[in-house]
Amino acid sequence: MRDVAVIGVGLSAWGEVWKQSLRDLITEAAVNAVDDAGVEKLDAMFIGCMSGGLFAGQEHIGALAADYLGMGPIPATRTESACASAGTAFRTGLMAVASGYHDVVLAGGVEKMTDVDGGATTRALAAAADQEYEAYHGVTFPGLYAMMAVAHMAKYGTTREQLAMVAVKNHRNGAMNPHGQSPFEVTLEQVLTATRVADPLRILDCSPVTDGAAAAILCPLDMVSRFTKSQAIRVTGSGQATDTIALHQRKDICAIESAALAAKVAYDMAGVGPGDIDFAEVHDCFTIAEIMVTEALGFCEQGQGGKAVEAGETALDGRIPINTSGGLKSKGHPVGATGIAQIHEIVTQLRGNAGGRQVKDAKRGLAQNMGGTGASSTVHILEVI
Amino acid sequence: MGLTTARYWREVPQRYRMEAGECTACGEIHFPPRRICMKCGKQKFETVVLPDTGKVITWTVIRVAPDEFTDLSPYAVCLVELENGVRLMSQLVDVDLDEIEMGLPVKIEFRRIREDGADGVLFYGYKVVPA
Amino acid sequence: MAGIIGYGAYVPRQRIKVEEIAKVWGADAPSYKKGLMLEEKSVPAPDQDVITMSVEATRNAIKRAGIDPKEIGCIYIGSESHPYAVKPSGTVVAEAIGATPDIHCADMEFACKAGSEGMYVSFGLVTAGLVKYGLGIGADTSQGAPGDALEYSAAAGAAAFLFGKDNVVAEVRETYAYMTDTPDFWRREYEHYPKHGGRFTGEPAYFQHTLSCATGTMERAGMTPEDFTFAIFHQPNGKFPLRAALKLGFTREQIVPGWLSPRLGNTYSGASPIGLSATLDVAKPGDTILMVSYGSGSGSDGFVFEVTDKIDEVRNLAPLTTDYLDKNKIYLDYGTYAKYRGKIRKG
Repeated sequence: MRDVAVIGVGLSAWGEVWKQSLRDLITEAAVNAVDDAGVEKLDAMFIGCMSGGLFAGQEHIGALAADYLGMGPIPATRTESACASAGTAFRTGLMAVASGYHDVVLAGGVEKMTDVDGGATTRALAAAADQEYEAYHGVTFPGLYAMMAVAHMAKYGTTREQLAMVAVKNHRNGAMNPHGQSPFEVTLEQVLTATRVADPLRILDCSPVTDGAAAAILCPLDMVSRFTKSQAIRVTGSGQATDTIALHQRKDICAIESAALAAKVAYDMAGVGPGDIDFAEVHDCFTIAEIMVTEALGFCEQGQGGKAVEAGETALDGRIPINTSGGLKSKGHPVGATGIAQIHEIVTQLRGNAGGRQVKDAKRGLAQNMGGTGASSTVHILEVI
Repeated sequence: MGLTTARYWREVPQRYRMEAGECTACGEIHFPPRRICMKCGKQKFETVVLPDTGKVITWTVIRVAPDEFTDLSPYAVCLVELENGVRLMSQLVDVDLDEIEMGLPVKIEFRRIREDGADGVLFYGYKVVPA
Repeated sequence: MAGIIGYGAYVPRQRIKVEEIAKVWGADAPSYKKGLMLEEKSVPAPDQDVITMSVEATRNAIKRAGIDPKEIGCIYIGSESHPYAVKPSGTVVAEAIGATPDIHCADMEFACKAGSEGMYVSFGLVTAGLVKYGLGIGADTSQGAPGDALEYSAAAGAAAFLFGKDNVVAEVRETYAYMTDTPDFWRREYEHYPKHGGRFTGEPAYFQHTLSCATGTMERAGMTPEDFTFAIFHQPNGKFPLRAALKLGFTREQIVPGWLSPRLGNTYSGASPIGLSATLDVAKPGDTILMVSYGSGSGSDGFVFEVTDKIDEVRNLAPLTTDYLDKNKIYLDYGTYAKYRGKIRKG
């Protein structure tokens, strides 16, 4: 198996991008990544997209992306794992390069979410749940995470305020991210009194609906000297795991086991542990998700995620800064693109280009991407070469 | 894209009668039924009917609902642990939304779950109410 | 001898008071409360209809009968508010109780008499030996036009009766049906709400048929009002069944257990069946019961039941009718009620 590096990253316009279509977004992100890497040609593409069909009436995203990037006839494949679609695209690209099948691979992700109304958005997102035994009953995604929050609060004493502190922290980081959808700070009071979505979650506990695309260029580590336009970053760990699709069949609804299992694989591959990670981007689709993932990744004890955010341990200047980009919460969450947008932030930090939100001496970062209520999870560890 | 009649009809034994699959090898009960036992991996099952009482182990009140459910909003959904330990997701109705709590005893009732517009098929199934 | 082997009722938890309705329409609440003897009525939740209430009532009946639902040979649901204009209610109910596929099914409609018709036919098939067990259900989510007198009474509820020859709880000693063409109340195709002939629904319709049927049933049975422990008459409001009873020579005490309309409203096809269910809840072995339904259009079905020793064994195997009537009530304001009943036009 070959060692692999990221040699370029790129994002598209991000937010409510009324003027750009799904194909515009993925093409823009891909062009930016190709430019950043300084590559002329690609050998293959893997594009994550959760639901081009329900959001934009468009499937066959791999071919669409290769076509509009002018890269046909290279093989182009779409990956789908709900909101972990881009995380799995990255991992699939990584495996393609590591295995020796391909040398220069683009791993991307895209979602065009604002072409449908709110009800259709809710329904499309709910397609990641168990259609017949969750969505059938009117359960929404915020609803599922809200039920995990209620259980976590009852079992571990996690407080409503601690949930809000995740949003406050991530917006504070996001306010320093010029590429974010909601680059402004919010107060604890604002989060606690925002519109109710699914008790106890309020609108500021939830990531927004976002249009956007992200891309990364991968190549074998021993080829990085050929592409010197931007600093290459090594991928040292990769893990992926699954859990039951429905919440009611989980062993423990207060823990995200898929994230813990994916992290173990990634840590073992990289030969490191949670204490060796300098900063992390995690899947904070809802504030409770960040708390539970913080625990699953081993950054704190099980059940202590709420206390960790309250103590400032996950703040930019804390023991383990989490979601320096602003996370899905502030930066935005185009569901099929998020996993690669997280990689973009890790690379930006490791290159020392994160500006006001730069983590000091960042040498090793972790990205965790998640689909459904944790039925899919990917974890990647990247390091400065 | 609404729920189609065929998709609804296929799940009728579960939605109407709470039929689950009990592994003949290890006794694990699966709802909905599966081909392969989650516990022991065997593939032989007997149909059993779930008990109709249990307790709430977590819940939420949905205030932003999918289109088909907006007229019911706000409504409660909960994870129920039935008497035999099997869990299922269900709406919790006929309840004061401020009085839901962990461990609330509930029982299954047959209700209309949703409908395919004013002229489409009516979809039925189970919900829970305070016992 | 054939008779009821299991019975069960179901009434939704939601209620609206007569005052709440009268307030909206500027009507005189005391006139409804005193004149028609109505206090409040049940209202179906937005996720309840004839099918869901029939399933719950039938599950209670099966619990009391203790039979295998696969042995039920026929299911007849009487209602004037079947959720579908075309497609049976009975198929859903039969499937939900696990009685398919060896079963005969028909949805019935005869205004408020449809429920007792289902019972009548089920009993007939059992007696004839064509089926082992027969299931008759009366259920309605009655509609009354906003502001109409019917709105104060149109309620929701169901009762289910299983008939068979073994382990009988209440033997059927006599049946009789009385019918003429008397158009006092109707609903045309595609109309939401029924229309009625005002005071014409009284003497020539309700009273003529109810009294004639009661008299005919008693004559055939060779019985007089003094021979009965209890009697149940169709109850479109609180006043009519009381007046019918007194006219026939029954006492107020005889009808009290099954006289539910003052606090339940008129559950149409469910009305006399739920009254019977509530009466069985308090009946003792050896008690005799007269039940006379009434359906506009018009007709009445009469039954004479004799309660057996079995009643004491089965009574508490399922919730009592009064549990549904009196426990965990949820009171609605008119706005919520109007929303639940689809009375608010959205576009």
